[in-house]
Amino acid sequence: MELNASLSLVRPEIILSFSALFLLLLAAWMDQAGRLISILAVAALAAAAALTVNSLGSGSNSSAFDGLMVNDAFGNFSKLLIYIAAAVSLMIAPRFLEKAGAMRAEYPVLILLSCIGMGVMVSATDLISLYIGLELQSLSAYVLASFVRSDGRSAEAGLKYFVLGGLASGMLLFGASLVYGFAGSTSFAAIGVAMDKEVGLGLIFGIVFILSGLAFKISAAPFHMWTPDVYEGAPTPVTAFFASAPKVAAMALLMRIVLEAFGSQILVWQQIIIAVALMSIIIGAVGAIGQQNLKRLMAYSSINNVGFILIGLATGTEQGIAAMLVYLTIYVVMTLGSFVCLMQLKDKDGSYREEFADIAGLSKTRPALAAAFAIFMFSLAGIPPLFGFWGKLVVFNAAVAAGLLPLAVIGIAASVIGAFYYLKVVKVMYFDDAADVIAESDDKVLVWTGGILAAANSPLGYFAIPVLGVWTAVAAKALF
Amino acid sequence: MNVADIPVLSIMLAIPMVAAALCLFVRAELARTIALTATLGNLILGVLLWMSYDPAGAQWQFTESAQLFGPIGWKLGIDGISLTLIMLSVFLMPICIGASWNTIQKRVGEYMAAFLLMETLMIGVFAAQDLLLFYIFFEAGLIPMYLIIGIWGGQDRIYASYKFFLYTLLGSVVMLIAMLWMIQFAGTADIPTLLNTDFPAQAQTLLWLAFFASFAVKMPMWPVHTWLPDAHVQAPTAGSVILAGVLLKMGGYGFLRFSLPMFPEASANFIPLVFGLSMVAVVYTSLVALVQQDMKKLIAYSSVAHMAIVTVGLFTFNQQGIEGAIIVMLSHGLVSGALFLCVGVIYDRLHTREISRYGGISVNMPKYALLFMLFTMASVGLPGTSGFVGEFLSLAGAYKVSTWATLIATTGIILGAGYMLYLYRRIAFGPQVNADAAAMQDIGGREMWLLVPIAVVVLWMGVYPETFLAPIRRDVATIVDRIERAAPSGDSKLMAVDPTTTRFRVAHEPKNDVAEGSH
Repeated sequence: MELNASLSLVRPEIILSFSALFLLLLAAWMDQAGRLISILAVAALAAAAALTVNSLGSGSNSSAFDGLMVNDAFGNFSKLLIYIAAAVSLMIAPRFLEKAGAMRAEYPVLILLSCIGMGVMVSATDLISLYIGLELQSLSAYVLASFVRSDGRSAEAGLKYFVLGGLASGMLLFGASLVYGFAGSTSFAAIGVAMDKEVGLGLIFGIVFILSGLAFKISAAPFHMWTPDVYEGAPTPVTAFFASAPKVAAMALLMRIVLEAFGSQILVWQQIIIAVALMSIIIGAVGAIGQQNLKRLMAYSSINNVGFILIGLATGTEQGIAAMLVYLTIYVVMTLGSFVCLMQLKDKDGSYREEFADIAGLSKTRPALAAAFAIFMFSLAGIPPLFGFWGKLVVFNAAVAAGLLPLAVIGIAASVIGAFYYLKVVKVMYFDDAADVIAESDDKVLVWTGGILAAANSPLGYFAIPVLGVWTAVAAKALF
Repeated sequence: MNVADIPVLSIMLAIPMVAAALCLFVRAELARTIALTATLGNLILGVLLWMSYDPAGAQWQFTESAQLFGPIGWKLGIDGISLTLIMLSVFLMPICIGASWNTIQKRVGEYMAAFLLMETLMIGVFAAQDLLLFYIFFEAGLIPMYLIIGIWGGQDRIYASYKFFLYTLLGSVVMLIAMLWMIQFAGTADIPTLLNTDFPAQAQTLLWLAFFASFAVKMPMWPVHTWLPDAHVQAPTAGSVILAGVLLKMGGYGFLRFSLPMFPEASANFIPLVFGLSMVAVVYTSLVALVQQDMKKLIAYSSVAHMAIVTVGLFTFNQQGIEGAIIVMLSHGLVSGALFLCVGVIYDRLHTREISRYGGISVNMPKYALLFMLFTMASVGLPGTSGFVGEFLSLAGAYKVSTWATLIATTGIILGAGYMLYLYRRIAFGPQVNADAAAMQDIGGREMWLLVPIAVVVLWMGVYPETFLAPIRRDVATIVDRIERAAPSGDSKLMAVDPTTTRFRVAHEPKNDVAEGSH
């Protein structure tokens, strides 16, 4: 019966696993079924999401498989976000991949597998299950990055991602072995107990390696180098996926391990997180300035945003975690929206454009698209009254409440550097003479998704603050 | 009609916003009409607001409160100071729309939408009673103004728009951290409550500096004023009017609403800094204005000099000085707005802002020359115009605090007369050396409608300032009461004499002796 109880706690993962396997079979039987399988995969994600919503408000907290995984509000909130991001990445993909001749059934299946991995990541409470989840997610991601086989850049992105990702996994695993060796257990709870007593050099080494490995996964500086290359090379819908769902999963994993396993010794990791946060903010902002490719720009933007999210973790407080989850939610909306806009940049021959020069004067030829893009850019820059401001506000509020004033001041001052390059996008679209490269978008799905995401990022998003506040508070409580 | 029974402030915020959304979807002519109708509608509501405002009533009137956005409270309410600044905004807006009627031909719908959005945000800044709501309105103004300068601006518009945006953003973000700290400390973001919260003296210093960084840039004070000449020169006429007329007032309003009553001790400690920067600003920017060849730049520098008198007046810690500062803000809003419109009028005809391209135009444009002279005189501070009332009051207030600072700040009026009259002479008088300037048509009906209402109000404020002082008197007194405990002693050796009787007695009696002796 123990097994049954455990299985009932991982129902979303079970649904996704069976769907993935079933869809894989279906793909083997049917030719050219990419679209159908995508739709079914979205349905599977919706079913899994519905299961997570159920337990969101309740704040139940039950351990499964002898403490390998946990079903709590924190994990469920992260899963919901991941499933939504993955579903959007599935919906926006078909036309793009068809154009590249790569709309194969493996795309939705790989996304589903990756989602299972991410689900395990966010609910893992043991180094073993953590690693299994992480690898399942990463392996799917490596394949996805090189999904367009005919494109050299895509293959390059996949290879780079694989080599560097493997290195990061190795570092993480090495750290995990050190922590296991010095704490005597792989369970987060047991490590937490061991750390209560004293923290030796070995444990600190282990923690540093684990944090480095995870910093790579969330593309935080100084482990961010792969991001621009992979973002640029991977097919745009895959980049949209990379920038959203795995970020949420790795960030949630980081939050859980830091607070549940290392939470009692905040001084050991707080400085690391602060340093990583500030470096990410500054490198993300400065690195973006010279970029000519919009996907590379978005890569630096995600490095920059990860820095802001980490400020919440540096506080080590419940308020900080709730703030991070709010920021993550808004970040997912902003990033997906920006990529949806990017994917609408098609020239008259139907090929995709992604350079600054292509969007010059876009507001004259495609006013709605330019307006949506501008909303996402101002929102990413955190300028009120757009919704991105709220994310920055809650994170800085948590930092101020935790007494980290210098961090808050430096972080917010550096956000002005970031504003510079977001403004550049708006400037090119609105102030420059029209290049008239971009044609009308013929993909209604993209237009509608972009419109909905833009509306969510406009001041209308503020109406979601109360709900978001309650859910993130419950989720953050689960970690303490 | 009393508008206190309806949520008038929310309606005033909603009208331009809805109109802005409409403007995006209609063709040019309709967009113009919608914008004008909406701004005139708001002006009517503003007048009703003014008439319904009770100067002797509660401190905060027309209050509204709703919990829509979680921690951000939708709390609105105004006192007399907010009222006058809201009036200034709604008064200038239809004029801005009118000024852009013919000159803006590209992307009219978006232009009108940006201006209408600006109006919502300006009213929001002056009406917000929640700290975070205030910040949102305060910062959000950057986006439409960035677009206005960048899309419809002049040659170097991109540089100017970036400079405007990043300067003001950098100034403001630190203020956000300070606000968050204050909310933690006081446990509320409610501005009326915060106004009566005593922050510890040490924290006050840092908080004051954080707010100062934002408001000094917005004001703008020397040496962070350099964005202003660029922004003014590049912005379209109506953009300059709004920038000079209302956006600069947000800095002064911020000092008045936050820095002074919330951090009285810190404000008192920083008087030397504020006075020092203001003195430099008055003399330096006036001298810079004197050598400008570009009309808009000249007026922009004169704005910096006038704003320095505002900061001097605000930090006098007495009724006269602060009332004077508010009147200078209102007066400068009208006068510099009108001066930018005057520049716009001749710019539309000759398409150059270079002063030497004009000359002697009072011959062919007598009506224009008359109005331009009126605003020039008001900018100089001639008695009978609004400029005199404000400058006299703030300098009289400043005299009680620092005679030296007053002495130097007063040179600003002399220098102001210098550069403004010099500007006027070079444009309106002298020989008509440029044939094209001599051939310009006098102002027509539309331009009269823009300038005459401002002229009327400028004279009204100069002749009977009581209309504008009445609503703010009690609120200024509240602020003065609040900050009295930290007020500086001053170096002017004031004597407690009754000005009406004593002086006459002292002056008359010896005179009578002499008169008797001669008999």
